[in-house]
Amino acid sequence: MINKKEVVLEVKNLSIDIPVSQGILHPVDNINLHVERGEILCVVGESGCGKSLTSLAIMGLLPKNAQRTAETLELNKEDLQELTERQLADIRGNRMAMIFQEPMTSLNPSFTIENQLLEPLLRHKELSKDEARNQVIEMLELVGIKPAEPRLRQYPHQLSGGLRQRVMIAMSLLCNPDLIIADEPTTALDVTIQAQILELMMSLQEKFNTGILFITHDMGVVANIADRVAVMYAGQIVEEGPVSEIFDNPAHPYTRGLMGCIPVPGKLGQDNTLGTIPGMVPSVVNDFQSCRFGGRWDENYKENFEPCRLTEVPKKRRSFKVNLNEKHLVHFCCDECLHLSEHTLVEGSS
Amino acid sequence: MLAYTLKRVVVAFLILLVVSGLTFSLSHLSADPALTIAGEQASDEDIEAVRKLYGFDRPVIEQYVNWLSRALQGDFGKSYHYKAPVVEMISGRIGTTMTLGFLAIVFALVVSIPLGTLAAMRPNSLIDRFALLIAVFGQALPTFWFALMMIILFGVWFRWLPISGNTSWAHFVMPTIALGYYATPALMRLTRAGMIEVLSSDYIRTAKAKGLLPVSVLFKHALRNAIIPVVALAAVWFGFMLGGSIVIETIFNLKGIGWLSYDALLRSDLPVVQAIVLIFASFYVILTLLADLLNAYLDPRISVR
Ligand SMILES: Nc1ncnc2c1ncn2[C@@H]1O[C@H](COP(=O)(O)OP(=O)(O)OP(=O)(O)O)[C@@H](O)[C@H]1O
Ligand code: SF4
Ligand SMILES: [Mg+2]
Repeated sequence: MINKKEVVLEVKNLSIDIPVSQGILHPVDNINLHVERGEILCVVGESGCGKSLTSLAIMGLLPKNAQRTAETLELNKEDLQELTERQLADIRGNRMAMIFQEPMTSLNPSFTIENQLLEPLLRHKELSKDEARNQVIEMLELVGIKPAEPRLRQYPHQLSGGLRQRVMIAMSLLCNPDLIIADEPTTALDVTIQAQILELMMSLQEKFNTGILFITHDMGVVANIADRVAVMYAGQIVEEGPVSEIFDNPAHPYTRGLMGCIPVPGKLGQDNTLGTIPGMVPSVVNDFQSCRFGGRWDENYKENFEPCRLTEVPKKRRSFKVNLNEKHLVHFCCDECLHLSEHTLVEGSS
Repeated sequence: MLAYTLKRVVVAFLILLVVSGLTFSLSHLSADPALTIAGEQASDEDIEAVRKLYGFDRPVIEQYVNWLSRALQGDFGKSYHYKAPVVEMISGRIGTTMTLGFLAIVFALVVSIPLGTLAAMRPNSLIDRFALLIAVFGQALPTFWFALMMIILFGVWFRWLPISGNTSWAHFVMPTIALGYYATPALMRLTRAGMIEVLSSDYIRTAKAKGLLPVSVLFKHALRNAIIPVVALAAVWFGFMLGGSIVIETIFNLKGIGWLSYDALLRSDLPVVQAIVLIFASFYVILTLLADLLNAYLDPRISVR
């Protein structure tokens, strides 16, 4: 380990509440995250566990009805919660940028690629239109759109999904941000394009030394690109650590469930099926009275893991370090999963 | 884009052909032109003579072809009543109708787009309810009643505005509002609905994520997309405005072609009626065509189809 890395994003105890007619949703519940310069942190979890809301909360782009609270929310040590809407707009697209899940609808159908790519540069940098245009062309070629010039005059509908996502990536990089939040940037693309985009993001990340918060539900993607992983379940982060640690020693039963879902060539089970986690992420209305994971234990694990017997869960969650590794943390709501973790756990702080 | 335009132009011509054919045959079925020309007191022989002279005894289809070939050369015949060439009667009056229609649609757009946008920015707010109120009134009030109320209020009580004629711009104020207000509800509700939908779209989120200021998010990224259906509807409404001016022109005694068509209908003056129907139909067709082309220009996705 060389000298301590610079932290670009620091999130402590971030929660999101959404009032609905049946009560209050807590789709994101006291999560902690940090991203260092030049690293990729993957947040992985099933559909509906709160990944997108977390990223929108960091960007300050939550829907109007969602309320955000956080103990710390800092970009490069600057408190984002203190900023006015105008100051936040100065930072967005400039020092932190976002790539969205849906390349097909994330570009405005009525304006050319050039028009939409010039915007962040003209908004945030003091450049003439010609200078900005040259930078746009340069960036498009960097993301593999060559030749770039003819693309500038095109409209989004004239581009394939893969190309549009490249345009979005170029857009996010234009102002050379400290942090890029990529919310499932490859989910909507087919497998070969997906691999190209991942490779592109990794090479660009190395080149620009940006911190990336990469959101995905695909453990295969995580294995490919992550430096660190945070496993999210039902609005909470249940396990967090360096990618090799998490893959070698998954400690939380949910993480193990996710591991079972990775397709490994030639290693499909005898019955040729991929592992799945039964059931769905529970609805997040009100506080959880009982186990969040209740009833979702994998058949294969049933011998080892008892179905959760809890009917009431203590409010405070406990953090454990796995096998004395400083950086690998597991968070349990009670002692049930703890007994099942098959690891030497030491009580730790997070 | 060129192929698209050509296709639309051909369709427009076909529509006009059908409309003119229908008007011609319907008007010849509904009234006996020979009777109109010869007059109420004419004897049967006189009427028969007129019928022969004007060719009304020929098959309708033959009369139509004759009329059409002359119309294509710009000759719509003479008014039975005024005995003046129809073309001259119309060209002298069309300016008034166009001016009124144009002012009315501009009035409607100037009111409905900002109001619809404001309403969309804060659904269910006070301004949204106010806009809804205006829309409900506009939809519920008959144009003629609204026009009469304005005449009583501003023309008779306050004496601010002239109530009859078209000799100054002041004469156009009340007719414009009366006619334009009729189009406002539809345009405003469409602006509001379009804006609400667009504001929740992914590309608006992208625009915000770029750090753009609310002004450019709203007026560049959102309005441009929300306005596309409004433009199409406004063009259609402009057509309605021209046709709808029959009532307004008659009430305010603005002597445009709306007024003329009312007059001609009362007198069964068929050449005038046919020419005006064809003109109104052309307005519709041309405006719809222009709206489509404008749409194709504003929304680059349309022209590929
Ligand atoms: N505006 C909203 N109002 C009410 N509930 C919401 C709202 N936005 C999100 N939710 C709920 O919050 C939960 C988390 O949503 P989120 O979009 O963050 O999930 P996600 O992890 O990104 O899922 P996916 O992988 O499908 O994108 C979901 O259950 C969703 O239904
Ligand atoms: S820690 Fe306890 S409450 Fe949480 S999933 Fe495991 S058994 Fe359920
Ligand atoms: Mg999502």
